[in-house]
Amino acid sequence: MSAVLFFIAGFGAIAGAVGVVMLRDPFYAVLALVGHLISLAILFLLLRAEFVAAVQVVVYAGAVMVLYVFVVAYVGGSAEGARGDELRVGGPGSIGHGSVGSNLRLGGVIAGGALLIELLIALLGTGLEAIGGQGAGYSPGPRTFGTPAYIGNLLLTRFLLAFEAASFLLLIAAVGAVVLARRRGGIDDDGDMNGRVLTPLDLVRPQGTGTMAEGVGGPHQ
Amino acid sequence: MSIAWYLAVSAIVFSLGAVGVITRRNPLVVLLCLELMLNGANLALVAFSRMWGNGDGQILALIVMTVAACEVCIGLGMIVAIYRRRLPIDVDELRELQG
Repeated sequence: MSAVLFFIAGFGAIAGAVGVVMLRDPFYAVLALVGHLISLAILFLLLRAEFVAAVQVVVYAGAVMVLYVFVVAYVGGSAEGARGDELRVGGPGSIGHGSVGSNLRLGGVIAGGALLIELLIALLGTGLEAIGGQGAGYSPGPRTFGTPAYIGNLLLTRFLLAFEAASFLLLIAAVGAVVLARRRGGIDDDGDMNGRVLTPLDLVRPQGTGTMAEGVGGPHQ
Repeated sequence: MSIAWYLAVSAIVFSLGAVGVITRRNPLVVLLCLELMLNGANLALVAFSRMWGNGDGQILALIVMTVAACEVCIGLGMIVAIYRRRLPIDVDELRELQG
């Protein structure tokens, strides 16, 4: 049963990865990645990592992929496909020549194949005896290996510093995303008021700070 | 299934992600392929964690997921900023830093 499930999930994970790399339309690539992530969560479950599998489905396949879908819908997903991903044979505005693209693709595939062979040698040729085994002993229970209680205990005792650092990193990333994606400001903002009169509202809601009113293009725009 | 099978899958996924990062030109898809590479590493971490019966690898996998979420957050913010400035969404044409 476990072997059957492994082969189904492993095939799904690899097929999803191939889909992400090969599909032209970024929207379908995102959907392929969702399938890949769910297959990977099944593999995690087979490896007794219950909490990591749950986080994978809820956070990755749920939240992060929704963010991707929003951005693909906003930016216009088929930009690459519309202009033709095929090697761009010396069209106007293309840098380099047509053969550069095909050489790059061939070189990328060769480099990836070499990387795969090297990784397989490094991982499977280690001579570790445990690598051919089923893993350490496991007995089901409420606080055993991989359960939320076990992970939470480790995170809040032994890995407390990493936990706090990760939370701080998330805060910095959230602030950075707001600064990057705000509507006004940025590098080429020359700071002119465009004949606008300064209102008291500007004190509590200055221009270029990424407020929701700016996001929807309110009266301040 | 023995641990070696999981490691083989993780190596294949990582290599596919690397090929995608090298060959694709849309920064959105490049970010997706980066996710693939991180997920390959995560699978190896969880497999080794299972191999030793020790939870440290799973904690590291969770931290990697956090870092991946931050990377997506910043990367997508940059793509939206590029789009707003009417620049081409193509990693080959955004060459200002290359000189």
